[in-house]
Amino acid sequence: MIAALAGDHNVRVVVLGAAMLGGACGIVGTFLTLRRRALVGDALSHAALPGIALAFLVGTATRFGGKSPLLLLLGGALGAIAGVGAMLLLRRASRLRDDAIVAAVLSVFFGAGIVLLSVIQGMRSGHAAGLESFIYGRAAAMVAADAWMLAIAAGTVVLVAVLLSKELRLLCFDEEFSKSIGWRPGVLDGVLMALVTIVTVAGMQAVGLILVVALQVIPAAAARCWSDRLSHCVAIAAAIGAASGAVGAVVSAAAPAWPSGAVIVLVAAACLLVSLVFGSARGACWRWIAHWRSTRRVAVEHLLRTLYELEEAASTEAPGEGVAYATIAATRRFRGGELRGGGLHAAIRRARRLGLVRSGAADTIVLTSAGRLESEQLTARHRLWEHYLIERAGIAPTHVDRSADLVEHVLSPELLARVARSLGAATAAAAPSSPHQIERPDASMRSAPRDPRPAPPRDDPR
Amino acid sequence: MNTTLLADTSLPWWSWSLDGWIVVVAILCASACAIPGSFLVLRRLSLMGDAISHAVLPGIAAAFLLTQSRASVPMFLGAAAVGVLTALLTEWLRTRGRVEESASIGIVFTTLFALGLVMIVRGADRVDLDPGCVLYGAIELTPLDTVEVSGIAIPRAAIVLASVLAANLLCVMLLWKELALSAFDPDGAKSQGLRPGLMHALLMTMTAVTAVAAFESVGSILVVALLVVPAAAAKLLTHRLGAMVAVAMALGAAAAVIGHVAAIRVPALFGMGSVNSAAAIAVVSGVILAVVVAALWLGRQRGNVAQRVLSEPPRGPSPEVRRESSEAAGAAAR
Repeated sequence: MIAALAGDHNVRVVVLGAAMLGGACGIVGTFLTLRRRALVGDALSHAALPGIALAFLVGTATRFGGKSPLLLLLGGALGAIAGVGAMLLLRRASRLRDDAIVAAVLSVFFGAGIVLLSVIQGMRSGHAAGLESFIYGRAAAMVAADAWMLAIAAGTVVLVAVLLSKELRLLCFDEEFSKSIGWRPGVLDGVLMALVTIVTVAGMQAVGLILVVALQVIPAAAARCWSDRLSHCVAIAAAIGAASGAVGAVVSAAAPAWPSGAVIVLVAAACLLVSLVFGSARGACWRWIAHWRSTRRVAVEHLLRTLYELEEAASTEAPGEGVAYATIAATRRFRGGELRGGGLHAAIRRARRLGLVRSGAADTIVLTSAGRLESEQLTARHRLWEHYLIERAGIAPTHVDRSADLVEHVLSPELLARVARSLGAATAAAAPSSPHQIERPDASMRSAPRDPRPAPPRDDPR
Repeated sequence: MNTTLLADTSLPWWSWSLDGWIVVVAILCASACAIPGSFLVLRRLSLMGDAISHAVLPGIAAAFLLTQSRASVPMFLGAAAVGVLTALLTEWLRTRGRVEESASIGIVFTTLFALGLVMIVRGADRVDLDPGCVLYGAIELTPLDTVEVSGIAIPRAAIVLASVLAANLLCVMLLWKELALSAFDPDGAKSQGLRPGLMHALLMTMTAVTAVAAFESVGSILVVALLVVPAAAAKLLTHRLGAMVAVAMALGAAAAVIGHVAAIRVPALFGMGSVNSAAAIAVVSGVILAVVVAALWLGRQRGNVAQRVLSEPPRGPSPEVRRESSEAAGAAAR
């Protein structure tokens, strides 16, 4: 079936045309999205409609005929340029925001287009049927001339993007700097708008005026998930756009009842979904994994420190006796947000697997020697930061525990060494005494909930 | 598009039973849209109106496919649900997907629109569910679909839009303070315990319901125009929120009346039949905005122009300021 499709000249034309359109839209869309003007294409495509309708009227009145594609495209481009002009005028002459300007230009120009279309329908000589394709698109009906036009548009876009890559990059990232070295961002903006106009007007006939916007926005957003480098983003967006165009065109060629423009957009949207989850630069799954890992690590670290402080407070008791789960749970709350999936028990399981704790008597755990070393370092880190907050930031000893809890997991050894030096301590390795009271729940409290009242303020023991 | 007639001079150009109702429907639509529209413009969410009005297509198609009928209640519910979904997805894409705001709007509504097109073409092909009908609406046909209310035939669209207008007014009057504070200062609202997120959801629901109710009769493009354009003009004319909503409603209503009359009369001057009223109303609202912007701009410029022509140094202080300062200097000398 695919081979049969590949042999069909019409199908090849459509697939090539859609792929070129998708690629060109991807390139332009990347720059537009970075300029935070993702929806300018939307306004332009709507603004092109009255231009196309006027071109049809002019064509009908003169000897060119209403269906001359070049004339219609020229009209569309002029309409889009008028739309850009209206947006720039409104931006300069009023204090309206960009979103209101885009929405106003879009709806009013489209309204004008519909007015003109209804004029055309009312004329005895007019056949407006071909104009509808600009609204919904008719990629499947693409002929070689249309594909050539798309090729010219795509070639122009690629050429300009390559020649002006440095300039466009600076425009997107640091407009002020580009001004300061004597470039004129207005001119560059004009070039970018011209590119948008070209791909929008050329693409409208293939996928329709609403869906051509999708081809500008979606591949660009998807590419952003894969890379932080502009050049890579542009290439990836072009590839995603071209691939969605080709796949969508093939699907609607194989199943002609499926509207091609919509299928192209849905393929692009599927690419975006995959990119949002698995993208190597911004993909959500890497964030989830990193977050899950750090949550797990934090829980173990909290467990170790709790054990250390309990041992320290109970120095009279015989070591190696073990600490009961309930005591740990009563001393420190392992909240759901701190540890997904099981709280205290998961942390204990993990610490046991890492060889940091071992089971003692019934339902108790004991620090191993590795665990004791680790927990001493963790406690030292925590208390150093607490002392630092008390001495340097003037925070009350009763208030430092929580803040140190949050920050202790991300302190680098270099920073800790500096903190220790600044506090006059010889080393960051040994745990200083705790600056505040550590509550040791007695046996009677094991099942009872922890006293919600704050601990009474104490003087600094140092 | 649907009732384009060739000019027929033998008929009166205005008929109260048709054009009167069309204008009433258009005014109701304009007033209902101006209320959420004002808040959208203030919160820089104007494009949400555009997005919602395009994105409801799959909701309508789903309701149609599920019920296999063109009953309006399921379609209304489906469209409103997808409208709210659009707002949620946009927000989700912006915060979780870290996509820039206007890009996330563009992604969501175009994808939903494409989905809707596929659903309609694949599922509802054999029936008269035309995407064109959703896009342009058929305000000229509204007087033909009437409901008897105590002996008077009232167009169904008028009843629907009047109830939406009433609901919007009620919502805004009950939650005026909350909506206003959330619009201008979401953080302040949060600190007062007002939950601006809830207000955002309410605004999105209001927009979705209004857009759906309106475009059933007047088409989605007119909805966008009536949501944003009068509100934008009103924002330029006043600095008070209450006045802004009122002015937006008035400008929208004016656009409705002028637009429909122009749709009938202006083409007749060239010997042509009437044009699409909904689109003409959109154009007239744009003209109103252009006039407001131009008038304000000229008002600002006039000071400069007069100064340049009248005063001796081209960019010196205004004559009054100079007189005052010279008087002050004279007083000091005395």
